[in-house]
Amino acid sequence: MEERRFAEVPRESIKLMAESSGVELSEEVAALLAEDVCYRLREATQNSSQFMRHAKRRKLSVEDLNRALRWSNTETICGYGAQDALPFRPLKEGELFFVEDREINLVELALATNIPKGCAETMVRVHVSYLDGKGNLEPQGTVPTAVQSLSEDLLKYYQQITRAILGEDPHLMKVALLDLQSNSKIAALLPYFVYVISGVKSVSHDLDQLNRLLHMVKSLVQNPYLYLGSYVRSLVSSVMYCILEPLAASINPLNDHWTLRDYAALLLSHIFWTHGDLVSGLYHQILLSLQKVLSDPVRPLCSHYGAVVGLHALGWKAVERVLYPHLPAYWANLQAVLDDYSVSNAQVKADGHKVYGAILVAVERLLKMKALSLTLAAEGSGAGLPGTTTGAVSFRENSPGLSPPPEPLSEPPLGIASHLQAGGAGCPWEEWTPVSLPAMYCELYSFFGDSLAVRFSTGLPLGGVPPPGPCQPLEGRKEPASSAPNLENTRKMPQLTASMNISPRQDGSPRMEPQPPSLAATVPGRSLARSSSSSVSRSRSSSSRPGRSTSQSRDIFPKARFPLPQAGPPAFSFIIGGRQMGRRCQGRRFQTSFSPTPPLTTHPPRAYAHKLPVIGRVSKPVRRWTCSHYSLHLPL
Amino acid sequence: MCLWCRIRQKIPKKKKTYYAAHVMTPLLSAPGKKMAAVQDAPMELDAEKETKPEILSDGTSNLSGNTASGTLSSPPLTAGGAPKQEDQQTLIAVLQFLRRNKLTESVEILRREACLEDQEDSQTLDGSGGGKGDGDGGDANSLLSRVSIASAAAPQSTLTPIPVKNDQPDVSVVLSAYSQQGDPSLYQVYYSSLKNFIESVLDCHRAELSQLFYPLFVHMYLELVYNNHENKAKAFFEKFSGDQECYYQDDLRILCGLTKKEHLKGNEALLDFRTSRFVLRISRDSYQLLKRHLQERHNNQIWNIIQEHLYIDIFDGMPRSKSQIDSMSGSFAGETRREVNKAKVFYGLLKEPEIEVPLDDEDDEAENEEGKPKKKKTKKDSMGSKSKKQDPNAPQQNRIPLPELKDSDKLDKIMYMKESTKRIRLGPENLPSICFYSFLNAYQGLTAVDFTDDSSLLAGGFADSTVRVWSATPKKLRKVKSAAELNLIDKESDDVLERIMDEKTASESKNLYGHSGPVYGVSFSPDRNYLLSSSEDGTVRLWSLQTFTCLVGYKGHNYPVWDTHFSPFGYYFVSGGHDRVARLWATDHYQPLRIFAGHLADVTCTRFHPNSNYVVTGSTDRTIRLWDVLNGNCVRFFTGHKGPIHSLAFSPNGKFLASGSTDGRVLLWDIGHGLMIGELKGHTDTIYALKFSRDGEILASGSMDNTVRLWDSMKAFDDMETDDFTAATGHIHLPDNSQELLLGMYHSKSTPVTHLHFTRRNLLLAAGAYNSQ
Repeated sequence: MEERRFAEVPRESIKLMAESSGVELSEEVAALLAEDVCYRLREATQNSSQFMRHAKRRKLSVEDLNRALRWSNTETICGYGAQDALPFRPLKEGELFFVEDREINLVELALATNIPKGCAETMVRVHVSYLDGKGNLEPQGTVPTAVQSLSEDLLKYYQQITRAILGEDPHLMKVALLDLQSNSKIAALLPYFVYVISGVKSVSHDLDQLNRLLHMVKSLVQNPYLYLGSYVRSLVSSVMYCILEPLAASINPLNDHWTLRDYAALLLSHIFWTHGDLVSGLYHQILLSLQKVLSDPVRPLCSHYGAVVGLHALGWKAVERVLYPHLPAYWANLQAVLDDYSVSNAQVKADGHKVYGAILVAVERLLKMKALSLTLAAEGSGAGLPGTTTGAVSFRENSPGLSPPPEPLSEPPLGIASHLQAGGAGCPWEEWTPVSLPAMYCELYSFFGDSLAVRFSTGLPLGGVPPPGPCQPLEGRKEPASSAPNLENTRKMPQLTASMNISPRQDGSPRMEPQPPSLAATVPGRSLARSSSSSVSRSRSSSSRPGRSTSQSRDIFPKARFPLPQAGPPAFSFIIGGRQMGRRCQGRRFQTSFSPTPPLTTHPPRAYAHKLPVIGRVSKPVRRWTCSHYSLHLPL
Repeated sequence: MCLWCRIRQKIPKKKKTYYAAHVMTPLLSAPGKKMAAVQDAPMELDAEKETKPEILSDGTSNLSGNTASGTLSSPPLTAGGAPKQEDQQTLIAVLQFLRRNKLTESVEILRREACLEDQEDSQTLDGSGGGKGDGDGGDANSLLSRVSIASAAAPQSTLTPIPVKNDQPDVSVVLSAYSQQGDPSLYQVYYSSLKNFIESVLDCHRAELSQLFYPLFVHMYLELVYNNHENKAKAFFEKFSGDQECYYQDDLRILCGLTKKEHLKGNEALLDFRTSRFVLRISRDSYQLLKRHLQERHNNQIWNIIQEHLYIDIFDGMPRSKSQIDSMSGSFAGETRREVNKAKVFYGLLKEPEIEVPLDDEDDEAENEEGKPKKKKTKKDSMGSKSKKQDPNAPQQNRIPLPELKDSDKLDKIMYMKESTKRIRLGPENLPSICFYSFLNAYQGLTAVDFTDDSSLLAGGFADSTVRVWSATPKKLRKVKSAAELNLIDKESDDVLERIMDEKTASESKNLYGHSGPVYGVSFSPDRNYLLSSSEDGTVRLWSLQTFTCLVGYKGHNYPVWDTHFSPFGYYFVSGGHDRVARLWATDHYQPLRIFAGHLADVTCTRFHPNSNYVVTGSTDRTIRLWDVLNGNCVRFFTGHKGPIHSLAFSPNGKFLASGSTDGRVLLWDIGHGLMIGELKGHTDTIYALKFSRDGEILASGSMDNTVRLWDSMKAFDDMETDDFTAATGHIHLPDNSQELLLGMYHSKSTPVTHLHFTRRNLLLAAGAYNSQ
C-alpha cells in the first residue's frame, strides 16, 4: 500500500455512524458516501482556512469552519466553541475513539458563588519598541515567567553560564564570571540570573556554592551594560542572607563561614555604592535589617558578626548611627560570653571574640574617620576652600568617602525613622545628633580600654608586621601570621586580623585593581602602620606615643611612598600612598564599588612623595587629597 | 437597487464569470453642485453613452488567440463599433439562463437594454411579460439607461468565459468542453511521452517547456474525472502529481479531493481553471520544437488541450531561464500576457492645490499686525516648485472628478506641510524609531487596524463584529450633542465647533456596533470625519466620527467583504470580497460606481493609488490587478506571487507598488513599465502590513511571524535597470539581494504585526494584538 498523502474517511466509519443512527448501509453506499464526505470535508476546510487567514490567525477555529459551512448553505455544528482542545480518547476495548463530553451540572454552575470575572477591557498600549532603529533599553512589561520565552541562543547561554559557575571546574567558572561581567547582550536573562542567585537560601549548607553565587552577583553588578533596576533589591536580599543568616554551614566550626560573611559584606557595600540609587530607601532598609539582627540577642553570634561587618562595610556613618548607639546594650551580652571561661562555652567564646574584633575594627575606623572629617571641615573653613582647579567640588560629601549617597539623606526620614525606633536600639533617627568625638572616644574607651587606644592612636609600634605577601588569598587569611607580635594585640584580639579577613597586605601594593574582581582575589589589605602626627592623635593625650615607632614601620613607609604605578590602575595605588603619608594612615582599606577609577593625572606618586615632610601638618596635602579622586574610594 | 447587482445576487456564484461586465455609470458628479464645473470630456462621453448604449467587446479576437491590444487604450466607446456575433451569443446565453431561473423581469430589462429584441425574438419564444417591466422597473430603467456593458473586455481577456468552439450558448457548454476524449488509458502514456521529450530537449528549452506540465496535468486529470474514469484519474494523479512545482501544492491539494464529476460542478476554483485559459510565455524556438514533436507523434490529445485551454504567448528571442520563469509563474491562470501591461498608466501625482501657507507660524504670529497680506507667502520653495510643473506621467487634474477642498481640508494640508518640514529623512543609516501599539485583551480577535493620516486616531476591527476607535493622542473622543441640545447653543459664537461637542461623552475609545460578522477591513477617510468598515456580513459600513453612529450600509457584495480603502481624496472608496470583484463606491451613493471583475478568486485587499485614478487589488488567485477608475479597465496584471496576496502599498510618488503575500515574500513592481523589479525575501509567515515611509526611502513590512522588517526601497528601485529591452519583453533578472536590502529586523514579543503606519514625521507605528499563547 503506497503512502497516503491525503487523509480519507474510511467507509467503516461511515457505516458505524449510520448504525449509530439506526441505518443499515450497503458496502457500495458506504464507499460512495465516504468519498463524498471526504470531498465535502476538504472543501469546507479549505474554505474555512480563508476565514482564518483574514482573521489573521494561525489556528483554525470551529468558528471558521462554521462560517464556511454557513456560506455553503450547510447546517453549522454547534457546541464546539470552547477554546481549549477537546480530548479525543480511545476506548479500552476495541478500536473506538470518541470525544470526551462530560456532563455539566447546570444547577451547580448556576448556584456557584464564585462568579467568574469578565474578561478585561480591550485596550491599546503604546511603547517605543525601537528608538532610531535600536532596541529600547527600558525593560518592558512584566518579568517573563518561563524560560522558554527566550530565544534559543540566550537560553543556551544561560544554561552554559549557570552550569559553569555552579560546576566544578574553577577555570571554567572564572571564564563564565568574566563573560557575565562584560557581556552586553544578557539583559533579557537578568531575571533568570537573579532567580538563580536567590537560590542562596536553599544551599546554605554549602559554602562553596554560596561563594559562587556571590561571585555571580558581583559579576552582574559589575556588568556595565546591565540595568539592574528593581532587581537590586532581590540581589541585596540574597547578599544579606549570606551576611546575616545563621547558615547551616556554620554549625561546623571548621567551616569558614566568616570569610563568606566578610565577602558578602564587601559585596553589599559595593552594590549599595554603585546601584543604591536604583531603589529608593535601600540604604535605610539595609540599616534597619542590620540593626534588627544586632539588637536581637537570640540570634547567634555569627549573625551579629555579620551585622557588624555589614555596617562596617556600609561606611563609618552607618557604624556611627547604628552600631555605636547600640553598643552599650550589646556590650553586656558580649561581655557575658567573653567572660565565661567554661569549656562548654569555648566555641561560643571564640565566636564572641570574632564579634569583638569586628566591632573594634568598626569603631576604630569610626573614630578615625570622624576625626578626619572634623579636621577636614576645620581646615576647609579655615583656608576658605582655596579654589584649586578641579578640586573641592563636593568636598564634604565625598572627602570622607563614607557619607551615604545623597538620596537617602535627602529623603524625609519619617518612615524609616519610626522603623528604626521600633527596632528599639540606638536613638531615634530624627533625634540623632552626632556625638562629639571626645565623648565618643571616651565611651568607646570604656568598652575597649587600652586595646582601642593602642590600636587606634599608636599605630606605629603595632603596625609593623610585614605581610607574608601583598595579595594573600582569601583562604590564607586566617593564618595567625598577621597577628602582630605586639603583646597587647595578641592578647586582646588575636582574632581581629583574622576575623576581618584582612590579609595584612602591605598598603601600597600597586597591583590592586580598582574593579571588584579584586574583591575576591585581593582581600583588602591592612597595614598596621600609622602616622603619629595627626590632629586626632594630638587631641588625645594617650594617643601620642611617637617613641614607639619601630623600624618595621619605617620599612613600610618607603614602600608605601613609592608605589609604582605601572602595574595596576594608578589611581588606586596612589590613594594608598597618599593616605598613608597624608593622614593618619589607617592601615586598612576596603576598596568598594567605584569601578571607573578616574584617571590619575595630576600627581604622580613620586611628586607626592616629595611632599612627605610636610604632610600631616599643613593643610596643603588635604587640599590635594580632595583634588585628587580619593573621595571616590572608600577607605576603611 | 442596481439591476446588475440584483442579477449577481440571484445567480449562483459559479456562473459569475458570465457577468464579468463593467457597469459604467458616469462617475457621479460628486459632492455638491461645485462638481458641475469640473465636468468635462469624460463626463460628456458618458452622457453620450446614455443616449446610445453599446455593447463593447472584442471577444472574438481574444478567444481565437489573436491580440486586440489596439483597443486597450482607446476609449471604450470607440472600441466596440459593431457588436460581434459572439457577444450576442453570450448575451443570449445569459438571457436563457435568466429565463430558466424565472427572472423574467431581468430578462426583459436586459433584453431591452442590449438591443437584442430582434435576435432574441427570432431565436426563441419569449414568455416574459413586457409590460410588467415598465411598471416597476421605472427606476431601474433610468438607471440602466446609463449602463453599458463591456463583457470581459480586452484587459480581462484571460478569463473570457466561452470556449471558442461553442456555437451553442449555454452554461453546460463550459463543462462539455471536456466531453471529447481520447482513450483514457492512454493519458498516462501521452503525458509521460511529453515528459520524456521535454526532459530530453536542450537545457535552454527545457525550462520553458516545463511550464506545460502543470496546466496539462490539471486538464488531463479533469478530463479523466469528467468522463468518469475515476480510478484512472487517481492513478494519473498519483503518478505525476509529484512532478509539479512546489508552489502549486495548494492547488494540487484541492485537485486531489476531486474524483467525481458531480464534485466538478460545484467547485469554483476548477471551474475557473477550465473557463480561463492558462497563459504560458514561450520563445518561438521552444514553441516550434514542441509543435514539431507533437505533430510527429500525432499526440493529438495534448495538442487539443494546448489549443483549447492554453494560451501560448510566443515571443522572439532567447528562451528564458528557469529562475526567470519561476519568478513570474505561480498564479491560477499562468503568467501575464505581454500586451496586457502595455496600456499607458498615469502614475504621476496630481498637482497639489495652491494653498496659501504661512511660512512659519511663530513669525506669523509676531509680525501679523504690520502687514498681513505680505506675510502670507505661498510656500514655493520645496513643495510649490514641484507642484507647479505638471508631471508628464500624471493624469489630468480632472480626469476623474474629485471633491473640492473644504476649509478644514486646507487647514489640514497646511498642518501636513508644516509637519513635513520637520520630517526625519530616513535612509540606511537613519532608521525610523518604532512605536508599537499593542492591543491587549483582544480575546475576540483583532482582524484589522487603521490609523488616520495624522496618526491621531486608531481604529480596530474585531472578529466579534465590533469596530473600536481609540484616540492616539491625549485628546479624548467626544460625540456631537443631540439635536435638541444643538438648538440651544449659540451658533454665532467663535467656538461653536467646540460647543457642539458633548463633554459628557468624552472617552478614550468608542465602540461602533452594527456589523453582524467579523470586521475584516477598516479605513479612515482622509478628513477624519468618517470610518469605513467591511465585514463578513457582506456590507461595508460608513461611520461618522462626529456622532459615532453608522451612516450608511453599502450592500452589494453579498459575500464577505475582505477589505476596503478610502481614496486619498476622500469621497470614493473601494471594496473587495469573496465574490471575486472589487467595487468602487462613492460615499453618497448606495450602489457601486464601478465593478472591477476579473480576478479568479477572492479579492483579498484593495488600495487606492495616491492620485486616486487607479485602484489596485490583490487576490487569492495570486495575482495583482491595477484598475483604471475612469473606465473600469484592468490596466496592469501582475503575476509572481506564490500565495494569496494580503497586503499592498503604493510608493508615495505613485511609481511603484509593493505586495506581500502568504508566501512571506514582498514583491516590488514598476507600474509604468508593468514589471516586477524586486523580490524581498526574509519573512517566514504571511505579510499583513506594508508601508512606505513618507519619502519612499524605506519600505516597512509587518508579518505574522512577529517581526517588522525595514527594506532599502530606494536601493531596490535604483538597482533595477529598466532598459527598453526588459521593458519590451518583460523578462527580468531579479538580483537576489534581499539580504543587502534588509536594513533592520525587529521582533515583538508575541504580537503579529497587523498594520504599519508612518507618521508625518516618519516615525513608524506598528499595531497588532498581543497574543498570550
